[in-house]
Amino acid sequence: MERFVPLGNEALAQGALDAGISGMYAYPGTPSTEIMEYVQRSPDAAARNVHRRWSSNEKTAVEAALGMSYAGKRAMACMKHVGLNVAADPFMNAAVIGVNGGLLIVAADDPSMHSSQNEQDSRVYGRFAQIPVLEPSNQQEAYDAARIGFDLSEKYGVPVLIRMTTRLSHSRANVVRQDPIAENDLNIPANLRQFVLLPGVARKRYADLLDKQPSFEREAEQSPLVRYEDGPDKRLGIIACGIAYNYLMENYPGGCPHPVVKVGQYPAPRRLIADLASACDAVLVLEEGMPVVEEQMRGYPFDEGRVHGRLDGTLPRAGELNPERVAKALGHQIEAAYAVPEVVVDRPPQLCQGCPHADTYRALNTALEPYAKGRVFADIGCYTLGALPPFESINTCVEMGASITMAKGAADAGLTPTVAVIGDSTFSHSGMTGLLDAVQAHAPVTVIILDNETTAMTGGQDSPANGVLEQIVSGLGVAQEHVRVITPLPRQHEVNADVIAQELAYEDVSVIIARRECLETARRRKRGQS
Amino acid sequence: MKYDVILAGVGGQGVLSIAAIIAQAAGQAGLSIKQSEVHGMSQRGGAVESHLRLADHPIHSDLIPTAYADMVLAMEPMEALRYVPFLSPAGVIVTDRTPVVNIPNYPEAEDVYAALEQFPCSRLVDTVQIARDLHAVRSSNMVLLGAASAFLPLDAADLEAAIDAVFGRKGEAVVAQNVAAFRAGREAASVPAR
Repeated sequence: MERFVPLGNEALAQGALDAGISGMYAYPGTPSTEIMEYVQRSPDAAARNVHRRWSSNEKTAVEAALGMSYAGKRAMACMKHVGLNVAADPFMNAAVIGVNGGLLIVAADDPSMHSSQNEQDSRVYGRFAQIPVLEPSNQQEAYDAARIGFDLSEKYGVPVLIRMTTRLSHSRANVVRQDPIAENDLNIPANLRQFVLLPGVARKRYADLLDKQPSFEREAEQSPLVRYEDGPDKRLGIIACGIAYNYLMENYPGGCPHPVVKVGQYPAPRRLIADLASACDAVLVLEEGMPVVEEQMRGYPFDEGRVHGRLDGTLPRAGELNPERVAKALGHQIEAAYAVPEVVVDRPPQLCQGCPHADTYRALNTALEPYAKGRVFADIGCYTLGALPPFESINTCVEMGASITMAKGAADAGLTPTVAVIGDSTFSHSGMTGLLDAVQAHAPVTVIILDNETTAMTGGQDSPANGVLEQIVSGLGVAQEHVRVITPLPRQHEVNADVIAQELAYEDVSVIIARRECLETARRRKRGQS
Repeated sequence: MKYDVILAGVGGQGVLSIAAIIAQAAGQAGLSIKQSEVHGMSQRGGAVESHLRLADHPIHSDLIPTAYADMVLAMEPMEALRYVPFLSPAGVIVTDRTPVVNIPNYPEAEDVYAALEQFPCSRLVDTVQIARDLHAVRSSNMVLLGAASAFLPLDAADLEAAIDAVFGRKGEAVVAQNVAAFRAGREAASVPAR
């Protein structure tokens, strides 16, 4: 087999291809983006015509993957952790309804919020939906997880959640591939009412899901991603979940002296954990993200002080793990040899030199000069950097699509005019329905769609609304004369500021499309052509 | 044997392309590799770091522990200093000397150089000047890689083969230019120069 040194995300994608996947569905989001990008680059996926187009958002991605599963084929939907919030409705209901072809939902979590608004732990979603969760600890396990997950999904007729985390998603290591297996044949469900969640069906399906819970736990105990590794020093037993296992072993180059339960599959392997707790004086729980297993181990009202982890301060309550944090939890002394010299200053990310968003923000700042500050509602993307100097143009960034709806809500409260700033890709992800709300209410909101013709922040993926934005906003009912298109360039500053000022004065919904291609995308396109 | 490198720079400088060449050469030499990357928001002109780990045994952690790195390899001098808590007491710093001034409060370059010279082993490489002398201004990254190669536990020939593998599809002239830049960098680092 050829040398293969993939990112964790790429290993998972190749694992899915080799496990006979027929459709990949995703919306880009760090740290999950490279899973779909790998499939899009794969000659094998092209030859088999595996579905590999970006979806408009995570909800449409999970729904389409569920549809492919209905038709009997293996499908996977990939997203970042907060994307699973967007897809929570189909996700939770797919757990009840079940699957036909294998269905994997991949959520890539971002503890420490390298590129995210929060550090929610998707394992909690797995518990919420009561389905199996796989958490690979390294690139090889990420590759293997796809096949393990599809097999579990088809064996029990449930979707399976795969939890990735930033450091595994974005780190490379050697991986050995297995022989690929064929895709499933088209095959609709034997029971044509399985997927109809009328209350009568739903109660039956939910009872079935509950009945499967003991089997899920037994599967975890026997999973190749789970092991009990005995050790001589029983003063401490250690539960190491996902990538935390690597940080533990890094601290013991000669092998860990304590018994360890390595956990890579959930529901947590209760029997192995019980064995560990009864064999050892105390238990340390190492998990990347939230204290999910630790909380399950802490019996109310008290746990005799034997369980240690993020909840008792042995490990920090928030933020990702690393070798040093784990070393300190083990009682090891760790000291840096060198401190960062005082001359070093922070270097936060910023908009690229010549970015079109910068020109739009300058024009917006000029147009807003007559008004009091604090009326610009923005969204998720490169343009969120407009909150920082030198622009300081925006006042909110909450989640995908919240700009237009929050601007409407603030206008409903009497703050007028309000401005919503949203990217073209974010608009097609979840801005359209909010715009319809604003149009129906005649809310005095000026919506600026920053149309750089791509999904820039995640590396330039296709934007679904590319080329049809005017049609979409007109179709949603924005008056024709208040759909304006500007070109964000320095020499257009006066004109653009004037257009924005005119629309701020209009007491109903206007949409200003600020259109200029992302510099990075343009550069890549030119390099590709040369 | 193990060798751990923190690669540092400013988003957009091409930190990952240097990491890819070292990883390629290490793979050819039969070593285990782990290489973490930075994707997402900090790639937009912010501070970026990549952890590259080589060993002749399996590697557990994707992240390098505190005070454990054998080298900080930086494409920008202030960024080299940001990651020194990772550096082992005997570790080396190899850095490009050209500042990237994209923030209003960037310190005086002389103060940055002075801080770097406090370390037992640091090399400030004028990659821009060296590349310009070679009429290969786009190969300054390879000058820096060459400088690092004076310390890496990899044969120069393996690294040159990796350069060939990575740039091969761009033609022989591009490969030759990058190899020349690599050699000039290696020579520059072999003497403690200012």
